[in-house]
Amino acid sequence: MDAIILQILNGLDKGSAYALIALGLTLIFGTLGVVNFAHGALFMIGAFCAVTLNRILTMSHQVVDESRKDFLGNPLKVDVPYVNDWFGEAAGAAIIDWSVPLAILFSIPVMIAIGVIMERGLIKHFYRRPHADQILVTFGLAIVLQEIIKYFYGANPIPTPAPDVFRGSFDFGVLLGFDPNVIIYPYWRLVYFGFAALIVGAVFAFLQFTTFGMVVRAGMADRETVGLLGINIDRRFTIMFGLAAAVAGLAGVMYAPINSPNYHMGMDFLVLSFVVVVVGGMGSLPGAVLAGFVLGVLESFASMNEIKSILPGIDQIIIYLVAIIILLTRPRGLMGRKGVMED
Amino acid sequence: MSKSTLTRRGVLRTGAVAGAGVALPTIFTSSSASAFTNEPTGGSVTLGFNVPQTGPYADEGADELRAFELAVEHLNGGGDGGMLNTFSSKTLDGTGILGKKVEFVTGDTQTKSDAARASAKSMIEKDGAVMISGGSSSGVAVAVQGLCQEAGVIFMAGLTHSNDTTGKDKKANGFRHFFNAYMSGAALAPVLAKQYGTDRKAYHLTADYTWGWTQEESIKAATEALGWETVNTVKTPLAQTDFSSYIAPVLNSGADVLILNHYGGNMVNSLTNAVQFGLRDKLVNDKNFEIVVPLYSRLMARGAGENVKGIFGSTNWHWSLQDEGSKAFVQSFGTKYGFPPSQAAHTCYVQTLLYADAVQRAGSFNPCEVAAALEGFEFDGLGNGPTLYRADDHQCFKDVLVVRGKENPESEFDLLEVVEVTPRAQVEYAPDHPMFAGGSLGSCNPGA
Repeated sequence: MDAIILQILNGLDKGSAYALIALGLTLIFGTLGVVNFAHGALFMIGAFCAVTLNRILTMSHQVVDESRKDFLGNPLKVDVPYVNDWFGEAAGAAIIDWSVPLAILFSIPVMIAIGVIMERGLIKHFYRRPHADQILVTFGLAIVLQEIIKYFYGANPIPTPAPDVFRGSFDFGVLLGFDPNVIIYPYWRLVYFGFAALIVGAVFAFLQFTTFGMVVRAGMADRETVGLLGINIDRRFTIMFGLAAAVAGLAGVMYAPINSPNYHMGMDFLVLSFVVVVVGGMGSLPGAVLAGFVLGVLESFASMNEIKSILPGIDQIIIYLVAIIILLTRPRGLMGRKGVMED
Repeated sequence: MSKSTLTRRGVLRTGAVAGAGVALPTIFTSSSASAFTNEPTGGSVTLGFNVPQTGPYADEGADELRAFELAVEHLNGGGDGGMLNTFSSKTLDGTGILGKKVEFVTGDTQTKSDAARASAKSMIEKDGAVMISGGSSSGVAVAVQGLCQEAGVIFMAGLTHSNDTTGKDKKANGFRHFFNAYMSGAALAPVLAKQYGTDRKAYHLTADYTWGWTQEESIKAATEALGWETVNTVKTPLAQTDFSSYIAPVLNSGADVLILNHYGGNMVNSLTNAVQFGLRDKLVNDKNFEIVVPLYSRLMARGAGENVKGIFGSTNWHWSLQDEGSKAFVQSFGTKYGFPPSQAAHTCYVQTLLYADAVQRAGSFNPCEVAAALEGFEFDGLGNGPTLYRADDHQCFKDVLVVRGKENPESEFDLLEVVEVTPRAQVEYAPDHPMFAGGSLGSCNPGA
């Protein structure tokens, strides 16, 4: 029982990342009809927003410490962050410690701007082109973005820690009456799960309860009719692209402390996220979220030794296996609209 | 019964005639055909440096390339000479190799065997490289070593730690200066026993490919010999980025040590995940739970950040070593690039010098003569103390470092501290050791 609860927790956490990326992908596909293979790169850029803010906050000047030597035997130059000069050592250290949560604020305008520039500068020229062209151009864009990040930040992963207060883990098992150490879970992963739930809720509320959202939903259902009513649907869709980029970016920012950001992390998630979108149903927002969590949990279960001893290698193929089964029995996906991918 | 009288003049005359007779075919053929692949004929010789320039090990590859450039500079008489000044062999004098200026071409392995073979092939066939070196993966090293054997050039392996490289996949044209998984286990186990006791239960997470398998086999054998029990060994997919579902069950398994047979991004993520799950704060079997990373590199430690603090592992070389060779290399590299070299840079630099020296001593670029000069060669002054290039398997035997993540680093380079320099005798093994069995060197191939 404890092993099952543990893997469900793990799955929810993985599912959070899948769901957030898939949510953004679905928003773009649902509104613009574009299959955006650069979406994983947006997730990666989000993580690098956290890295960048951390670097800005730790920008330092050097003070020579004559009592210590560097690797060449010269007097050691010690880095003193400017925030320490401005706010004092304790406050400066606290600001640096909270760089990842602060990066949420930093990343929102950056990601919206990147999304809008991407849509206006490149993707709008491909609206009427076949999906294959869209995939090629967005995949190319993903590689370009990836190489730019590698040029500036290198190929090595860059540690970006969560605030001190969220390090370590929480003994979930004790809370449920199990022995200590049986079900433990890191605090930051709980924060990530809560954050993902908040973002998903906010996106749904925005689309459901605002006039802007209502018009966008109407545009998703019938773009031409909404246009004929005199509404500038293109501008709203551009904003939606920016929002989708921001969702991917926020998913990346908060993911940075879980695994050190590196330039190819977007690609690691991209294919899985597409599977999630297809399983959930192309264009279905609740489907993307549901499939994200379901596949995350299944993937966690598949990595259990008990399962792997019966079905070796199942942990590497489970997601694709489930995708094949669902698409064979229900081509439109779990919650897809009738007609999508069925012709 | 005939009488034979040997005189000095007679011997010289006979020798001259016989020598001319033996040399005759070469004289006639040398202008029209090469005696071996890419025999250098002009005033320069080309070396091929095959490193990961793209992909997850690109930073390691970039450091290897820096080291190669530095080695070429020193061989051609530039810079401060680096380890040429401390190398026990004194045949290299800064005039290139056998009087030929050293040039180089580079290839991108992408850390993929196919791509690495293709780039090595191109450097041999199109650029005329007479030696190939570099790489950051055992899979790549084994693939390129095989290609060099077929092509008839020398392969001076870069970073490859699998036992198989000089075990079942060894080749007569391939040479490895880097240490291997067996040596890591042999060096690390006694230190672990001293630190954590002999009554421990270990849980292994292992990257599911050649290096991971031999690493797990080696460290498992070494720790079990000390009395540790192996609770479980779990293979993890190489493409895995999040290890939480593999780490979560560890505490519940009864194990009190987690051994991460991971490298590169795998190690950075698995160690980060393990620390996040609070494993190091737990008490299991009335002992502090411990994590071990058998193969460390400074670049990986940088990726894992604070999570490496206090964690033991082994490494081939570290810039903080105080022998004259290491100090000369760090000074040279640090002055040129502004930061200390990694172990990958060190092994690639040393391999280039060792190749050049072997050619110089052999008096020929012929790979079979170079191989003969390297086999059984004993040297010093290149870090790691007195070293032997064993003839039986072309593996270098030298001191191995046991390191620990530093608690209070003074700079971004100061991440690991050397806790023990394990003497060479402690990591040596017989050429027919079961972990290295199967396969044979075969015979040297000079190619053309």
